[in-house]
Amino acid sequence: MTALPWWRDSRKVGWLVQAAVGLGLLLVVALLLSNLEHNLTRAGLRLTLGWLNQPAGFDIAETLLPYRASDSYGRALLAGLVNTLRVVGIGLVLATGLGVVAGAASFSTNPLLRGLSRTYVEVVRNIPLLLQLVFWYFAVFLTLPPANQALQLPGLQLAKSGVYLLGARLVNGELVGGWRLSLELAALLTGLVIYSAAFIAEVVRGGIASVPKGQWEAAESLGLKPLATLRLVVLPQALRVIVPGLNSQYISLAKNSSLAVAIGYPDLYAVAETTLNQTGRGIEVFLLLMAVYLGLDLCISVLMNGLERLVSLKDR
Amino acid sequence: MRSFSRTPAALLLGLLFGLGGCAGGQDQGPGAGRLAAIKARGTLSCGVDGKLPGFSYQDSDGKYVGIDVDVCRALAAALFNDPNKVEYRELTSSERFTALASGEVDVLSRNSTRTLSRDATGGNGLEFAPTIYYDGQGVMVPVASGITSLKQLAGKTICTENGTTTELNLADRFREQAIPYTPVKYQTGDQTYAAYLQGRCAAVTSDRSQLAAKKTSFPDPAAHTLLPDVLSKEPLGPVTVNNDSGLSDALRWVLFATMQAEESGITSKNIKEKLAFAKANPNQADLRRFLGVEGELGQQLGLPADFVPRIIASVGNYGEIYSRNVGSESKLKLDRGLNRSYKDGGLIYSPPFR
Repeated sequence: MTALPWWRDSRKVGWLVQAAVGLGLLLVVALLLSNLEHNLTRAGLRLTLGWLNQPAGFDIAETLLPYRASDSYGRALLAGLVNTLRVVGIGLVLATGLGVVAGAASFSTNPLLRGLSRTYVEVVRNIPLLLQLVFWYFAVFLTLPPANQALQLPGLQLAKSGVYLLGARLVNGELVGGWRLSLELAALLTGLVIYSAAFIAEVVRGGIASVPKGQWEAAESLGLKPLATLRLVVLPQALRVIVPGLNSQYISLAKNSSLAVAIGYPDLYAVAETTLNQTGRGIEVFLLLMAVYLGLDLCISVLMNGLERLVSLKDR
Repeated sequence: MRSFSRTPAALLLGLLFGLGGCAGGQDQGPGAGRLAAIKARGTLSCGVDGKLPGFSYQDSDGKYVGIDVDVCRALAAALFNDPNKVEYRELTSSERFTALASGEVDVLSRNSTRTLSRDATGGNGLEFAPTIYYDGQGVMVPVASGITSLKQLAGKTICTENGTTTELNLADRFREQAIPYTPVKYQTGDQTYAAYLQGRCAAVTSDRSQLAAKKTSFPDPAAHTLLPDVLSKEPLGPVTVNNDSGLSDALRWVLFATMQAEESGITSKNIKEKLAFAKANPNQADLRRFLGVEGELGQQLGLPADFVPRIIASVGNYGEIYSRNVGSESKLKLDRGLNRSYKDGGLIYSPPFR
């Protein structure tokens, strides 16, 4: 048996081609980077993260993380990140709840409920998110009445000074106590949740539709009520189709949260924009931003992949 | 690769490629670099606000007008003998410097405040042309609120634009006086004033000229008033990128020309007579040099010899520009104040054309 010459060995040639393409790509990246470095040096700008320790000097409207204007840019960006995480965290939970309800409702035997669910999904899915956010903020929340005429809903008071949960009381014409959300946060959450839930509803509907009709019928013949059928028989089987779809919806929600800047909520992107303007560190700020959003989305993916393994059908 | 920087690419990509664009270029003397590129292109690309009456906005014919716009028009007149050879790009306060650094615009004429860190190479690395409007930060409140001083804003919400010096001055002033407040910041002026008018905040803060300008477009301008406090110094002027003296020198002297013309009593109406007078009188050395009848001042800048008459004929002198856009002949009716010529006790002063 004679040895095959290397150029006729498809495995070796394959490797060589891969290596050549990889090398070419590296060269292009290196060229771009050295170009950037060269021109930054010419413009007197060196890539550095030293400015992160400088005092930021601007205020942020609402922060979970204690922050003052005398704190550093690093701290300001961190406070922005925490604000982003707050929106993403609350948004994920609420959007999932609303999405599952809307998705399941499209299988309801009640035609009104079914129609409502379909209309909601179709209307919301087909309008750009930015437009919806601006609508919620400027047309809905900013037109709320002053505190002494606040809209009263069970456990919820809506006024120009904010959205109050868990029973705020009116003292001297101002609402105090309870849990206050700023109008910016409330509008952002409303917009994000309603938008994301429409997509999640479609994922849930697809998942439920993937469960054979025989399962419904079998459950019914065992005497299970429709809701119990859904909870005990259908959803557990649908989950393994739903979870991978949810993953990408969750990632979208996290990324979409950066539209907060359009309605004045101080999320990571908004803080980064001010930082970029004050420091002139465009490249560093954007690299940091990209790294953080990438990290955030990877975390969501890892968690969802874990969940996917948990609900997947075990081979027996 | 320079063509990359002209496309409206994402900010970062623009920055990467734009900065990459001049790789290997020679260090520029006068007339080289960006100025040569503008001449070759035949139009000037100018970054403006576009929504600020008096400074840069579109009139009812869709034409851009305002002080900031006249800066671009003056430079275009000097370069091409046609003030209309300008492409305008509307930029928000937070994207303006990146757009300039990436080469999306040649000149940024967007009521930008000159500060040390924006000027310094270790900061934003910008090159500031002469200040064309000396301003200060003010605070506007609804008359009905009864607020007359900063102290009364304690605990209230104040609206402002993201990425401005306004934002920083606000934090500094209120911190000094230990007045607690909540800032709500928006990306654009439109959003800021819309939120203010909807009552989201008790006050809105910006440069006093900008507040006065925006007020004129409110449904009921008389229902809003400026507090007497001036929070900061805001010298506003156009900007170019660092390390391109050809363009920044040309822009600098184009603006000085409008100021010198006012001082010398040359206006868009009498420029023809003045020019004829200069040509006929060899003893009028100052005037002859200024109007390019003799000497090579224009050539030294990489501009045509008659760049001054071109500018004055098409946009007028500083005084004309001021009163047409923000002064007595405009809706804003802003007092000249600090923006008077130094001869009348103001700060507008041109170095000699020599």
